[in-house]
Amino acid sequence: MSIFIDKSTRIIVQGFTGKIGTFHAQDMINYGSNVVGGITPGKGGQKHLDRPVFNTVKEAVEQAGAEASIVFVPPAYAADSIMEAAEAGIKYCVAITDGIPTQDMMKVKIFLSRFPKEQRMVLTGPNCAGTISPGKSMLGIMPGHIYIPGNVGIVGRSGTLGYEAADQMKRLGIGVSTSVGIGGDPINGSSHRDILERFEQDPETKVVVMIGEIGGPQEVEAGIFAKEYMSKPLVAYIAGLTAPKGRRMGHAGAIISSVGESAAEKVEMLKELGVTIAPTPAAMGETVAKVLAKL
Amino acid sequence: MDIHEYQAKQLLAEYGVKIAEGGLAYSPEDAVQRSREIGGHVWVVKAQIHSGARGKAGGIKICKTHDEVRAAADELLGKRLVTHQTGPAGKQCLRLYIEAGTEIAKELYFSLLIDRARERIVMVGSAQGGMEIEELAETNPQAIKKIYIEPAVGLQDFQARKMAFALGIQADQIQHAVKLIQGCYRAMRDLDANMVEINPLVITGHGELVALDAKMGFDDNALFRRQKISELRDKTQEDPREMAAADRGLSYVGLDGDIGCMINGAGLAMATMDMIKLAGGEPANFLDVGGGASAERTEKAFRMVLQDKNVKAMLVNIFAGINRCDWIAEGVVQAVKNIDMKVPLVVRLSGTNVEQGRKIIEESGLPIITADTLAEAAEKAVQARNDVAAGRYQPPASRDTITSL
Repeated sequence: MSIFIDKSTRIIVQGFTGKIGTFHAQDMINYGSNVVGGITPGKGGQKHLDRPVFNTVKEAVEQAGAEASIVFVPPAYAADSIMEAAEAGIKYCVAITDGIPTQDMMKVKIFLSRFPKEQRMVLTGPNCAGTISPGKSMLGIMPGHIYIPGNVGIVGRSGTLGYEAADQMKRLGIGVSTSVGIGGDPINGSSHRDILERFEQDPETKVVVMIGEIGGPQEVEAGIFAKEYMSKPLVAYIAGLTAPKGRRMGHAGAIISSVGESAAEKVEMLKELGVTIAPTPAAMGETVAKVLAKL
Repeated sequence: MDIHEYQAKQLLAEYGVKIAEGGLAYSPEDAVQRSREIGGHVWVVKAQIHSGARGKAGGIKICKTHDEVRAAADELLGKRLVTHQTGPAGKQCLRLYIEAGTEIAKELYFSLLIDRARERIVMVGSAQGGMEIEELAETNPQAIKKIYIEPAVGLQDFQARKMAFALGIQADQIQHAVKLIQGCYRAMRDLDANMVEINPLVITGHGELVALDAKMGFDDNALFRRQKISELRDKTQEDPREMAAADRGLSYVGLDGDIGCMINGAGLAMATMDMIKLAGGEPANFLDVGGGASAERTEKAFRMVLQDKNVKAMLVNIFAGINRCDWIAEGVVQAVKNIDMKVPLVVRLSGTNVEQGRKIIEESGLPIITADTLAEAAEKAVQARNDVAAGRYQPPASRDTITSL
């Protein structure tokens, strides 16, 4: 088990024939992901990377049984592509695209919420590195080789900081059940909390690491969820101790604009909620190791 | 992206928001000319800088004669105003907005923001205007009214009325208030703003509702489809280093410390800066070099970091995913060779092709300090910085010297 994706998950690539889509689709295929085709409107019927190209997501669902999609479509059209996937019956969608307007994401979220829960597509991202279930399937742009299969779930806003965590764990021989990037934007498809809920239900996951950062209320909401509903231990690290108030630190969402959004405040609140804090970003791996040893 | 008060007012006026008569001035002569055009007996000379709390910083002058207007303009133009939002360096005032004086009966607060937790636009109002909302939130949170707007249907009139009543607006002004609130909302939605703030919104002596100040912020991600808004950018109000970085596709934020940083990925950049602080140092900057960093881009990033004269040591931390360590290493070697580096450099590479990358650094023969882990990298950077500060560091002989040998 793992969450969202495994060996058999049938994947399509939206923005398949573009330069970035092609590069990462090939990388996912090399990793062993079950990529069954892709979408480029107007190029339907052609072959790309030995796989069929479809005009619409609906055709990919009907003809190739697509279940999951990954979006590489440019920011101006990405929200539209995500909504097309949801409407076509895709179950899980990862949006890699960086730079989607906030108000477009508000529309996407409302659009998704109109579906009854059992038919609703799960979206992670945008502006993320994607999702990987090591040894099974990769739906993202991460270097697959830094993850080994195991029992720790990772959820994080940042791509490279997530790699850092996986790398520290690999050095200690600790593997990952699934790693999910929720992205660095102010409005995400799924929150930390949403992903914790999935990990709690996954029998293979024993411990979860949450990698947060400054800005927004998400990490504390996740901490409250963990305290009330989770049986599995949660380890957290919050980046941005040195970030000054009101300055955007790269990610569109990484800005301290109100009370409770700084790293120090979040760490304090998470501690009170019983979350194990990795004291430094270099100690993510060893903190997980200590928690695992106690199980 | 932020814009000036006068620009926000012009935009909002197009959406039916009532503002006082005013005009822009770039010189004291302009200012006097504007005040003559406006007429009346009282004018307000307002410094146009990208910051709130301009009044407290002396950026707003009430004048009763044209001579006073001239004197106020003369004083403000070119002046650097320091507010708690500008940082100690302040922001230079190069434009003035001359406005007709407004007789104020009551000051209110009104704004529209994006609420990240609820993922929708929230309307915030208070009958206690004039002071900053953060201050009010701390001292008197009950005085703040919040109404959330359903994105699919937009702001409804009944919600605007509810807000108007909460603001204590009289019955005969409710329709005007609804029009103003709807105007602000439509401007926010149509122009991809992420913030509209009218503070204060005033009720005049004649019982009219006027936006006495106006602030708007825009979603950078949406500027591609808001040409008109992009053109309002005032580069003099932005940090020149951050602007230069943005033009090169880099994300840079200047800070007060002395350890320069170049990192790929915003999260890893923040974490590396944290690590520097925990090791006893202070980062000089945030710099995300992004994915697919070419040798050329790496060199640009180096120059960006090193033009900050406070920098006593530099740390490069790359976790290569889409990037490859060997490409980065080549970029680093090339940058060090092309730039006459006077400060020690610590490089930590990890991820794809890490062995090849380390080999390139090693074989370059350059005085680069290498580190395997994040902790080691931060410690070595702080150590190198301390060596420089204590005068223990000997910069390598510059290329000119080598040639002359």
